[in-house]
Amino acid sequence: MDSSATTMVDPQSIPIDQIDVSDPKLYQEDAHWPLFERLRREDPVHYCADSAYGAYWSVTRYEDIVAVDSNHKIFSAHHAVMLDDGRHSGQTEDATVMLPFLAMDPPEHDKQRKIVTPAMSPANIAKLEATIRRRVQEVLDMLPIGAEFDWVPTVSIELTAQMLATLVNYPLKDRHQLVRWSDVSVGIPGDGVIDSWEQRDQELKLFAQTFLALREERRAAPPTSDLISLLAHSPEAQDMSIQDYISNVILLIVGGNDTTRNSMSGSILALHDHPEEWAKLNANPALIESMVPEIIRFQTPLIYMGRRATQDVELGGKLIRKGDKVAMWYISGNRDSEAIEHADRFIIDRPRPRQHLSFGFGIHRCVGNRLAEMQLRILWEEILKKGWKRIEVTGPVRRAYSNNIRGIVSLPVRIHA
Amino acid sequence: MPKIRFVQQGTEYAVEAPDGISAMEAALNAGVPGIDGDCGGQCACATCHVYVDPAWMPVVGPADADTEQLMIDLNEGVQANSRLACQVQLTDEMNGLLLLVPDAQF
Repeated sequence: MDSSATTMVDPQSIPIDQIDVSDPKLYQEDAHWPLFERLRREDPVHYCADSAYGAYWSVTRYEDIVAVDSNHKIFSAHHAVMLDDGRHSGQTEDATVMLPFLAMDPPEHDKQRKIVTPAMSPANIAKLEATIRRRVQEVLDMLPIGAEFDWVPTVSIELTAQMLATLVNYPLKDRHQLVRWSDVSVGIPGDGVIDSWEQRDQELKLFAQTFLALREERRAAPPTSDLISLLAHSPEAQDMSIQDYISNVILLIVGGNDTTRNSMSGSILALHDHPEEWAKLNANPALIESMVPEIIRFQTPLIYMGRRATQDVELGGKLIRKGDKVAMWYISGNRDSEAIEHADRFIIDRPRPRQHLSFGFGIHRCVGNRLAEMQLRILWEEILKKGWKRIEVTGPVRRAYSNNIRGIVSLPVRIHA
Repeated sequence: MPKIRFVQQGTEYAVEAPDGISAMEAALNAGVPGIDGDCGGQCACATCHVYVDPAWMPVVGPADADTEQLMIDLNEGVQANSRLACQVQLTDEMNGLLLLVPDAQF
């Protein structure tokens, strides 16, 4: 399964100041690991003077990432969560501007985040458990035994699409439209999803129209706990601009879709690559509880999050200037052996497995983290009930062309009963 | 070495804690359910939310408005006596301290 890059420069001999970890191709080829290993060792707070997105700092060690992530005053999220900030703040006249609360600072961030928090409360999530379990069972029951199929569309996308439709109370039969919009919103030309920025903008305009109409429908109906109803009825959301509303719907859809989808696929790959962990799991299904956060660490569904310095600040002996872009590479911090023992290994019974960066830290910490964990837990509880001998990865893993979403596009597998 | 008590869904956990560690660390050492401390005590994840028994508030004090309170506010069921256990450094003065773990935290 090793798909080592052949087109890349030698990670050990390239001059350190020429390392640019923002190239999406690195992640498509799964070739970023040695570069980050070198940065953590030699230059953990690293300046890249020239990239497709201009100059930026890379923060690569676990402890430094926690420090940046939890200091929202000095490291602002405002229009800064993506390295490609020009695009996302609307550099072109018709660009779809994205400014969800993820990309805001207090106090506006706090106000908007609180609107959707109730949908992710433990009590509300618990109500979804029976539905999720039934759907997981239905999907697993349909899987072919002994024949090759692609896990990604058949299981990962199917389950997260159904979840998404439930969270926004969208017609279940049209769920794949939500997946398309989610994919398009994080798409970049050449990734196989969209061909041009214009195409992306056009598709997102239809998305915006659809969800503005849905908000009107929800406003005319009594409040429920679905996310659109919360955004339609919450007193704090009444003066939310169309742009803010649409940005937040996209945030919730992407947040609830790509990330969990890729963790589901990643868990199959990780257990294929670590047969001793599969054996442990089968001997003791109670390990699902600690395996779930380990899956999320190991996959690291979001490769990085961006920030912008609001003042000159020293980090790791480097002077970051006011206005500089800073990328927190979660993918690197989650493999930092200074913070996590045997960080390169997938170990389902780690002590303190929730000590990972995948959800971020500080005020922007993932609002749906416990829902994501629940979906993975139920998937694995139901897989183990099947009593399958193993799920073998049979073909090449295809990964997404993205420096933001760590995506698995295709994962051919065969179930051995 | 103060002894403190956590109450989670009606069950009491008495914990003996060395001076200077946080109430979150004390809870983790003793395996008190409902206190996760995902961020390792950096006031960055809000998974160690507790209610301080009102009688103990004068000793424990309120959350810092600029940092801890912003994180507490990510939770449901925030009250005036809400604190993050990782930000409560235990001292001998706190012998007998009573902390309630919210039901909703998991």
